[in-house]
Amino acid sequence: SEHACAGFYQNKKTFFSFFFILVCDPADVISTVEFNQTGEFLATGDKGGRVVIFQREPQSHRHFIGEYNVYSTFQSHEPEFDYLKSLEIEERINKIRWLPLHNPAHFLLATNDKTIKLWKVSERDKRAEGYNLRDEEGRLKDLSTVTTLQVPVLRPMDLLVEASPRRVFANAHAYHINSISVNSDCETYLSADDLRINLWNLNITDRSFNIVDLKPENMEDLSEVITVAEFHPHHCHLLAFSSSTGTTRLCDMRASALCDQHAKLFEEAADPSHRSFFSEIVSSVSDVKFSHSGRYLLTRDYLTVKVWDLNMENKPVETYQVHDYLRTKLCSLYESDCIFDKFECAWNGTDSVIMTGAYNNYFRMFDRASLRDVTLEASREVCKRRAVLQPRRVCVGKKQKETDVSVDSLDFRKKILHTAWHPKENIIAIAASNNLYIFQDRLTPNGHHNTPEIQSAPPKWQTQPNPPTY
Amino acid sequence: GNRAAQPGTTQRAEGDDSLYPIAVLIDELRNEDVQLRLNSIKKLSTIALALGVERTRTELLPFLTDTIYDEDEVLLALAEQLGSFTVLVGGPEFVHCLLPPLESLATVEETVVRDKAVESLQKISQEHSPVDLEVHFVPLVKRLASGDWFTSRTSACGLFSVCYPRVSSTVKAEIRQHFRTLCSDDTPMVRRAASSKLGEFAKVLELDYVKSDIIPLFTALASDEQDSVRLLAVEAGVSIATLLPQEDLEDLVMPTLRQAAEDKSWRVRYMVADKFSELQKAVGPEITKNDLVPAFQNLLKDCEAEVRTAAANKVKVFCESLPEDSRETIIMTHILPCVKELVSDTNQHVKSALASVIMGLSTILGKDNTVEHLLPLFLVQLKDEYPEVRLNIISNLDCVNEVIGIRQLSQSLLPAIVELAEDAKWRVRLAIIEYMPLLAGQLGVEFFDEKLNSLCMAWLIDHVYAIREAATCNLMKLVEKFGAEWAQNTIVPKVLGMANDSNYLHRMTTLFCINALSEVCGQEITTKHMLPVVLKMSTDQVANVRFNVARCLQKIGPVLDSSALQADVKPVLEKLATDQDMDVKYFALEAISGMYPFISLTFQHISSQKHFNSPLYCFFFSFSPCCLGYRRLHCVIVKFFKHYLWMSCIYFIYSCIYLFIWSTCTFLKGSSDAHFPQVDMIL
Repeated sequence: SEHACAGFYQNKKTFFSFFFILVCDPADVISTVEFNQTGEFLATGDKGGRVVIFQREPQSHRHFIGEYNVYSTFQSHEPEFDYLKSLEIEERINKIRWLPLHNPAHFLLATNDKTIKLWKVSERDKRAEGYNLRDEEGRLKDLSTVTTLQVPVLRPMDLLVEASPRRVFANAHAYHINSISVNSDCETYLSADDLRINLWNLNITDRSFNIVDLKPENMEDLSEVITVAEFHPHHCHLLAFSSSTGTTRLCDMRASALCDQHAKLFEEAADPSHRSFFSEIVSSVSDVKFSHSGRYLLTRDYLTVKVWDLNMENKPVETYQVHDYLRTKLCSLYESDCIFDKFECAWNGTDSVIMTGAYNNYFRMFDRASLRDVTLEASREVCKRRAVLQPRRVCVGKKQKETDVSVDSLDFRKKILHTAWHPKENIIAIAASNNLYIFQDRLTPNGHHNTPEIQSAPPKWQTQPNPPTY
Repeated sequence: GNRAAQPGTTQRAEGDDSLYPIAVLIDELRNEDVQLRLNSIKKLSTIALALGVERTRTELLPFLTDTIYDEDEVLLALAEQLGSFTVLVGGPEFVHCLLPPLESLATVEETVVRDKAVESLQKISQEHSPVDLEVHFVPLVKRLASGDWFTSRTSACGLFSVCYPRVSSTVKAEIRQHFRTLCSDDTPMVRRAASSKLGEFAKVLELDYVKSDIIPLFTALASDEQDSVRLLAVEAGVSIATLLPQEDLEDLVMPTLRQAAEDKSWRVRYMVADKFSELQKAVGPEITKNDLVPAFQNLLKDCEAEVRTAAANKVKVFCESLPEDSRETIIMTHILPCVKELVSDTNQHVKSALASVIMGLSTILGKDNTVEHLLPLFLVQLKDEYPEVRLNIISNLDCVNEVIGIRQLSQSLLPAIVELAEDAKWRVRLAIIEYMPLLAGQLGVEFFDEKLNSLCMAWLIDHVYAIREAATCNLMKLVEKFGAEWAQNTIVPKVLGMANDSNYLHRMTTLFCINALSEVCGQEITTKHMLPVVLKMSTDQVANVRFNVARCLQKIGPVLDSSALQADVKPVLEKLATDQDMDVKYFALEAISGMYPFISLTFQHISSQKHFNSPLYCFFFSFSPCCLGYRRLHCVIVKFFKHYLWMSCIYFIYSCIYLFIWSTCTFLKGSSDAHFPQVDMIL
């Protein structure tokens, strides 16, 4: 019955065509993207368990600001095997979260299905020199020449970036970890799997507190699973978690040690006219993000992205259709398992624009004030350096323009699941299979952000470096 | 020590030999292997001593200041070492040289390292002269307090209190200002650090400043937006309350503490409950009566189980420290009604916390109240569905025993014990076994014999080894309590009876019991009753029993008299030493070598081999002038050769066949090459 959970929310393997495997190593497929608090660094995790950190180059030329280059690459997780349950544990990085800045070093949490690791990424620019018993090449000196004691001295050297694992938080999850989130108290973080949410202290690895447990006595009674959980950006006692039934719950950790009783439940009454076999599947929430202000919640389900005011539970304040034209194709999407794809969503720095991914390497942006929206494409063909991205249009019936794409010609294998927005500026990172694209807003004289003018900035698409050869 | 006094001597060439170990230590400060670096850091005082005070100051410390890239455990050891380095840098007048490395250690991200660096800084601050303190130490504290990274600011919080009492009033004002700034820091980490050091800092401040500076800070921290900060302010509040005169408490501290006891966040209320007895001591009897009693009642009725658990844990201490004149009335009218509710709480942790202290109330309330009010509660808890609750009651029976005698309880006690003794979880059974000697002492021999003895014997045949083991240990403790005569009449016959059990595990339990009981029962019982049974078991068909016989004989050897040792034990051990089973032989030889030391040398050699795999050994021992093992060894050697002869016969036959086939093949001039591998495989 333990497996009923997995069976319930059919997390079947993503289908790779033969062609795809030939072209790229599946281990390179990016599985998460995350900017740090200042936006100076960007981390990606991939299916091969690697974490790549990009650093923004310092401003050198007016138009060439914000070029991100590889800063550090390290292997965070290795494939493992659980001998007790006879289960393979994939090395795929499910989520990365940066810790607030402590000191000159950077810290991030990376998790696969079972184990969360805290990594320290630090710079070293000095090296000790001067041995007593050997020379700098490591050869032993003639002992008769050693007449005085020498204390090593530190000399400058080329900058070296090191990543070292600081803590390993293991053995606390029976199911697959889908999210981690650092609390604003900078002392604790949560990790959520399909049925439970645990609260950890960042300094303590051998203990965690279970704060939400949805596991029923009998797994046959299982009706929902946790899909995402996130802490409020300012209030250390608030956390939101969403479920496969399309609800998002807000919990107040002040009220009780166990958060099984939610403080608020955000749920929109189902529209009876759209009721079908797929209703519940498409309403499953695949991502939840608090706005930077902490006032709103952004949720993504299969077809829409919704903005909720924390003060209004019964319906979202805004609903945006991401790809409504797929409503008629749900059956074939179900057959190809695409309907279970988990798209992420993101706010811009001022909470005025929302971004989320779609199929055919398209991603969508919605301007909340003007209600304008745009579809853009991230692919090697269109993303030449500094080229301006052209808006795309998907049409249901007859093509109106040359550039329009018909629904039937969309490639459902090319999907943009993971996206991230720079916390302050209009820089976005888009992961499309094994490619990472970074786009930057073209600087307009009045500084006004205009979504369709999102531009492909200098280095502008960056692919993952090749995997190390073993 | 000599070289430290004369720094120049290290420079001389003839000291190569003495230089070498130090040179190795210094080189290992930067070894790839963490363990070697750690060892080297732990011997830092040796290095410093060899370098002399001058070079330690000018070369070693600057190097250490920059080594903050290292592993946490190395940094931790370094931070600790530097705390006692004053002598090695030239005494108190140079102690400020230690500040730079400790300052960089106080900014690392690892909390344990930072805390240790702060601890060392606190330690060496005492070795600074007042002038040095202002010239070197205080600027360091200020630098840390205004550092860019929160790590340095948190470290600063712990350093204000050590320098404050010893600096001039202008510097004092600056220090107070810095502390104020940190209390309203942007990051919750720093506010937490400030909050946790607030009480410590308040202690060294002048009373006027406590009122004018600390109280506003306390109030602000206690209403911080982060509950992790607020909960630390509770502890500070307790410390502050001890500093203030009684008349100021009501105005300055109580409003904030009252608010904390009713905080929205359960974690803050938990903290109040957890610190309740300290708080009670700090505010004195009057405020306790007026304020804390209702607050405590609320905590006992809190909606969060964690808070109720923490409060329930404090019931006894709280009641004990109530002012004597009104203690009984307060307990009877205010506390006991809440306690009664907690007895039937929905949460097992609350009930078990209460069960661990509730018995203590009986001494406070006296006999009549206990019988009338508490006894019914005990009885309810003894029937609780959770074994932990019942166990906690049983483990604290001694308090009640003193007041009303245990007889009152025994009727309900017995079913509770029996139920625990037969609980499906072996850990529960284990726990109740551990209370058995205590219970036996309080209930007396007759009651025990009548009701509990059979339980103790039943545990001996439990299917979990840990229970059987605990049960044998329990028997030993019971015999210690009731005496050897009781043992001989009640338990020894039953234990020895198990020697004929069909289950070998039970037979082994007999041996384990004898191991445990022989000493407390004394020589007579052991020799007369136990030894014959043990000896008889040496012919058991299960090897595990036999080698446990050997171990048992070794164990009880010291209790037996020498005639029995020679006449009865020795032949049996000798026989076991020739047993077919390797382990039996091993333990028999071990026992012999342990009990008969004059031949121990030879046997230790053999037993360390465990089995004789070298003919050379056997030959050597067969000729050695060893009186006892000679004949046995001879047998072994014969057996050994038999085995090898037998094997070599087979090999011989094999090779014959092989040769035969090979010659046939060559004779027939067939494709001999092709056939050979097959033949080989057959062989």
